[in-house]
Amino acid sequence: MNSIQKRRLTFVIILSICSALAFFLVLLALKQNVNLFFTPTQLLQERVKTNQRIRIGGVVKKGSIVRTEGLKIRFVVTDLKAETVVYYTGILPDLFKEGQGVVAQGFLSDHTVFMADEILAKHDENYMPPEVANSLKK
Amino acid sequence: MVNCLTMIPEIGHFALIIAFCLAGLLALLPMIGLYHKNDVWMQAARPIALGQCFFILLSFMCLLYAFIHNDFSVAYVAGNSNAALPIFYKISAIWGGHEGSLLLWILIFSGWVFAVNVCSHQLPLVFVAKVFAVLGMIGFGFLLFLLTTSNPFARLLPNYSMDGNDLNPLLQDPGLIFHPPLLYMGYVGFSVPFAFAISVLWGNEQNMPWAKWMRPWVLSAFAFLTIGIALGSFWAYYELGWGGWWFWDPVENASFMPWLVSIALIHSLMVSDKRQLFQGWTLLLSIIVFVLSLLGTFLVRSGILTSVHAFATDPRRGIFLLEFLLVVAGSALLLYAIKGNKFSNPRKIDLFSREAMILFSTFLLIGGGASVLLGTIFPLIYDALTSQKISVGFPYFNAVFIPFMIPVLILIPLGPLSQWGPNSLKSMATKTGSLGALSIAFAFCVSLFSANPFSWGVSLGLGLGMWITLGTANFALIKIQKQGSIKRVSLGAWGMIFAHFGMAVLVIGITIVSNNEIEKEVEININQSVKLHDVEVVFKNLNTIEGPNYIGHKGHFQLEKNGQTISDLYPEKRIFVVQGSKMTETAIDPGLWRDIYIALADKLEKGKWSARIYYKPLVRWIWLGALLMAVGGFLAALGRRNTSKW
Repeated sequence: MNSIQKRRLTFVIILSICSALAFFLVLLALKQNVNLFFTPTQLLQERVKTNQRIRIGGVVKKGSIVRTEGLKIRFVVTDLKAETVVYYTGILPDLFKEGQGVVAQGFLSDHTVFMADEILAKHDENYMPPEVANSLKK
Repeated sequence: MVNCLTMIPEIGHFALIIAFCLAGLLALLPMIGLYHKNDVWMQAARPIALGQCFFILLSFMCLLYAFIHNDFSVAYVAGNSNAALPIFYKISAIWGGHEGSLLLWILIFSGWVFAVNVCSHQLPLVFVAKVFAVLGMIGFGFLLFLLTTSNPFARLLPNYSMDGNDLNPLLQDPGLIFHPPLLYMGYVGFSVPFAFAISVLWGNEQNMPWAKWMRPWVLSAFAFLTIGIALGSFWAYYELGWGGWWFWDPVENASFMPWLVSIALIHSLMVSDKRQLFQGWTLLLSIIVFVLSLLGTFLVRSGILTSVHAFATDPRRGIFLLEFLLVVAGSALLLYAIKGNKFSNPRKIDLFSREAMILFSTFLLIGGGASVLLGTIFPLIYDALTSQKISVGFPYFNAVFIPFMIPVLILIPLGPLSQWGPNSLKSMATKTGSLGALSIAFAFCVSLFSANPFSWGVSLGLGLGMWITLGTANFALIKIQKQGSIKRVSLGAWGMIFAHFGMAVLVIGITIVSNNEIEKEVEININQSVKLHDVEVVFKNLNTIEGPNYIGHKGHFQLEKNGQTISDLYPEKRIFVVQGSKMTETAIDPGLWRDIYIALADKLEKGKWSARIYYKPLVRWIWLGALLMAVGGFLAALGRRNTSKW
């Protein structure tokens, strides 16, 4: 092995160790920040931990939007089979409407009650989040 | 005459078909010429390329005509325009939907092909022929895609509506007139370095100064992409009404990844040009940048990812684009695998040299880009493996991306202040030690004496910003001294100074706005007020308004400081009549040091309104920094070193 090959070998080894370490840390960060998606039916069936940040999606049930006090709001998300009550404090996106698809992010407090800290907005009012469209088809 | 004009969409469609055939010829003829060593066949590439550009432009003009004249028998016009739409939005509505934005993609691509045609007369013919053949293949693929899956000229005959469906209200904004074309200028521009890289590999051109030829193309595409991304971020900030300027949204990431890798490419290319090193790496980076641009197009246009940009889409489009992506990436990488080792250079590189620092920072940029890519496509991988839907939250991106960028930012001033070849640790320390100490002192002083509690993040960001500023200023001074006068400093050096300084401005802006912004979501009645830092925001009154295609409310907010009125803001809530959708028009009091941002949300009971009232310190520095980087890119692209040898 000549000197150039040796240098290359050390370079490659150091680089692979660094990359492996970086990759491991990236995966760790990924694991902590993945938010699973559930439909109201899945929330009833599956055991979802209450300390786990998740997304739920479905359609905002007609006539279910209630402003309780100030910026506090309550509405029902349905996939036409099961329903989940969502509580949220804050301002809703422009495209939030009853009868329209919605995705909410937050924590489950009960199998049918969800405390949202983020309601997601979309560019296109005819647009249905693919997860919601899929869950409605089932 | 009337009959003739009603045919215009068909003429547009026909022009596209001709352009498609010409693209096929452009891919084929130079290759035959190369095979038979026949100059005439190779030279044929130039007129064919011009013809292709002409017919694509013609086709675009036909679509433009259909939009301006409200030809709602064309399905795409009916879906994206409306007779009541103001004229400039009718023009920008051309790229408001999938088919038209793809046509814009191709129009801009042919613009780049045209530029290659104009600027390549001094290059060897065998090289130019290969470049045109590669560009011809790319054009062929995209025109095939447009014609088979997304024809913008498809008719809605015989029963068509008398009025259009209107343009999505969010897109009815001046920002959207310029954002997609500039973004595409960048995206598509990387097809030129890609074509150059493929031609270099194909012809084993180790001894040609190809790095010099490639440089202006990479720099100008980078500059356009920078402006495009910055405009998109600015548009999201004032138009979406959430006051955010970056969301780590899949579509944003799609343009951000090629941008990051293009920075790596620019620097690696410089080493290849000046030191004849890293040629293989540079060629690989040029391939990666274009493949990432294509991947971006695929992610955006297939609608496969949940995104704020997602449109309802046709699965055939996604499949076609994916196949095209795989063919391009596969064949380019295969070529690289076969020929790339001929470009490796066994020369020794010292650890403390400018070239080693550049190499290291390109690795970090690739690492950052790869982590963003992983976060962007992980939902797809996860879905394919477990059929469980997930999303990756933005904390992932911040947690992963920032650690990759910190060493890059540290390296930014070190590169220019060091020499090519070995540097002694001692000389580096004397050159930069005082700058480093000053930056650290500055960061801690600002953090300690400001009204906000001490924060490591703010200190780090400010320190890095200061470090880059001081290092870049120091480099500029040394350069001016060495050259004798400001005028003799090359455009390339100015480009670098601007770009690095822009990065410092960007870093400081991001640090301060992320850590010190005040975001209040309030319920507010007329004559009530909200205090933000030193500014009092008073809700004065509310009026109803009526626009050309909407109705709504307009609020009047007065900003007061020390009892004096400094500004009046008029945020609006609009309801668009045709689609019945709500839209927030924000009102912003802009400033170099802070923005006051108001968005009306919903009407609550008893005349109250909910509103977002934000205080955004240094937010404009983000776009200012990006603008400086783009200016730097253009300056360097115009540098004499690039153009003299064409």
